[in-house]
Amino acid sequence: MEEILFNKPGKKIILLGNEAIVRGALEEGVNFVSTYPGTPASEIGDTFFKIAKKVGVYFEYSTNEKVALEAGIGASFSGLKTLVAMKNFGLNVALDALFPFLYTGTKGPTVIIVADDPSCHSSAQSEENSRFVALATHIPVLEPSDPQECKDFTKLAFQISEKFKIPVIIRTTTRVAHQSAPVELGKLAPYRTEGFGAGFVKDPKKFVTLPPRVLEMKKELLTKIEKIKEFSEKSKINQIYRLPKSIDGSSRVGIITSGISYLYVRETLKELTSHQDGGGGLPVLKLGFFYPLPEEKIKNFIKNFKKVLVIEELEPHLEKEVERLAKDVNCKLKVIGKDLIPEVGELRPEIVISAIAKFANCKLKAKSGRSSSSRCDSIIENSLKTELPCYGSEGEEEDLSSSPIENLKLKIPRRLPQLCPGCPYWLVISAIKKAVDLKKVIFGGEIGCYMLFGNSPINLQDYLSCMGSSVGIAHGIKKATGQKIITFVGDSSFFHAGIPALINTVFNKSNPLIIILENRTTAMTGHQPHPGAPIIPNGIKIEEIVRACGVKNLKAIDPINQKEFVATIKEFLNKKETSVIIVQRPCIWIKK
Amino acid sequence: MDKKVNQFNTLIVGTGGQGQITLLQILTEAALIEGYDVKTSELHGLSQRGGSVEVHIRFGKKIFSPLIPQGQADLIIGLEMQECLKACYYANPKTNFLINKYIVPIPLEKILPEKEILDNLKKVSKNIFLIPAAEICQEKLGTSVVAGVYLISLSSFKNLIPIKPTSLFEAIKKIIPEKYLELNLKTFKLASDSEAVK
Repeated sequence: MEEILFNKPGKKIILLGNEAIVRGALEEGVNFVSTYPGTPASEIGDTFFKIAKKVGVYFEYSTNEKVALEAGIGASFSGLKTLVAMKNFGLNVALDALFPFLYTGTKGPTVIIVADDPSCHSSAQSEENSRFVALATHIPVLEPSDPQECKDFTKLAFQISEKFKIPVIIRTTTRVAHQSAPVELGKLAPYRTEGFGAGFVKDPKKFVTLPPRVLEMKKELLTKIEKIKEFSEKSKINQIYRLPKSIDGSSRVGIITSGISYLYVRETLKELTSHQDGGGGLPVLKLGFFYPLPEEKIKNFIKNFKKVLVIEELEPHLEKEVERLAKDVNCKLKVIGKDLIPEVGELRPEIVISAIAKFANCKLKAKSGRSSSSRCDSIIENSLKTELPCYGSEGEEEDLSSSPIENLKLKIPRRLPQLCPGCPYWLVISAIKKAVDLKKVIFGGEIGCYMLFGNSPINLQDYLSCMGSSVGIAHGIKKATGQKIITFVGDSSFFHAGIPALINTVFNKSNPLIIILENRTTAMTGHQPHPGAPIIPNGIKIEEIVRACGVKNLKAIDPINQKEFVATIKEFLNKKETSVIIVQRPCIWIKK
Repeated sequence: MDKKVNQFNTLIVGTGGQGQITLLQILTEAALIEGYDVKTSELHGLSQRGGSVEVHIRFGKKIFSPLIPQGQADLIIGLEMQECLKACYYANPKTNFLINKYIVPIPLEKILPEKEILDNLKKVSKNIFLIPAAEICQEKLGTSVVAGVYLISLSSFKNLIPIKPTSLFEAIKKIIPEKYLELNLKTFKLASDSEAVK
């Protein structure tokens, strides 16, 4: 941990992508950091949590991503250099605050980190591609490929924010955020020892988004974006790599890519160059900016091409942009993307190898009449022959037990994540199974360790959506059907987004049984503290919140008292009003 | 293995909680000490709760992808036997398998017999080293938690990885917290004395 604070410019140390973002922010002299923990962004907050005091940075775990961003906006309005970090779904929560922030712009430079998780390694609910936010809000978005770029792009993002008075997003993905590699250190900004000297200076013209001023603000925003586009055109982070051994001087095909996909492209070209003619000589345009795109640079790149291959994970945002730009300069250009690159699941080197080999071979045939090389064929064959074993928790058994290697006739059993031995949730499961007829009760799921209730042999989960939603959806089902329903919500989720749903349930009068699992930590994401955690002095008591929301049927129970717990479940399930059981027993991994 | 390799791909597989990320950090530091470029990939969060966990460590002259391409693992370290079968996706006939003789049952599933696992692995590669690392560490050091450190140390002593034992030793000292360092250095020593090296 102390290595991240080395002030030795030029020295190389191993950093995780997320740690490199922290280092970049420290080199720029960040003052204020807020976050709600979420994998794959969590190490950003966790690292600041450990070092913030030492380096004179204000850091907080906020109760959700929207308030984290709002805190950041307040700090920026007061002139501080601000960083806010979240995972993709957190961005959705924060979106309401983000739109107007683009209109007001920043005072202190502000960078927002958003981490996507293609393949849903650490995410339920959806395989979100957060790039949409750029098109919706006009926020500039940068996409680093590796830890060095994580650091460099974070610094650049602060500089762009400072220059254009606009927040900037760094969008990472799991394989960038959780990639480690040597990173060359720059100079650390001096630590602050006394206060920030910040002040909120009244400026309603800048900070108040009231009509009709709000429409002027939109015009100002669009003007800013035009200027940033010019900056993007000149920026070195949008770069063309002309690789050696081009099969002819006037290459008529090329590749456009960004983020992690770029590394797989370079890996492939290394492979193809070292083994044969062909794809190794393809020119590659690597885009560091996703928004605003350097449109002229892209047009220049594609104007003489016959074909271009766009390599990107998930939805074809870049591909569509390239198609649009091609209309201006090269309307015959064939833009190939999702024909060869899957839209579901993360990319892997072998998928990109296969796609480029196919793309380049077509060209070889067309140009010189040569048949495709055997090496390319064998690579493609290899990539297609076998299926990657699937480790995720979604889906049922049929595709899981399939053998990854064709020749192995063996069924390889799937190993799903499990609740830890000794987890207090086991006591919840056993009480539920004793108290009710499982077939006659609906079980509402939530985001947290207890989403593992959906796995065999527990099987206590009939729906699962976003944070805070188990209670909101339970209310709707109750109103629609009157069926019996038990819904689970963790303490961190309850603070995050469960409270409005509970109030709605009481206010609009329905009677689900809500079980709040108070394990006193944000367990699934890495045991970060929340407002009721034991390390928080005078922490907020969930029991008092629930009572204040008007819940009459309320009991706090240590689940070790199974008899009382079972009896309460039975009793509360028959109540006509909302009922809540707070299950109080800490996660086994937290210090009491 | 004094000559610097162009590229070397190591995959470590096992179940959540077997210390893959610590092993990854040790090998990454060791590769940096050896003067290599290095890239790794790991997973956090949900995937760690006792599920299958694989981590990738790639080093050499210049490394781009943090993930090992299919079929290109040079060394697969298996901390659990059944997980090695899944790792075959990354293996080729030249891949060395260094395997902990250790099985963690999967709930609701039949445990695959050791022989069946080995027979199937042999169809992919003949280079299989089955080591009772958990048992050795339990017997000599009183805990099997260091089985992974034992195996990576062994891989260096047996020349299964182009990293010198001295570099690995330095990396262990750098990565392992003070409190557990003595135990881990003893593990390193135990691997150097082991019969498997002779």
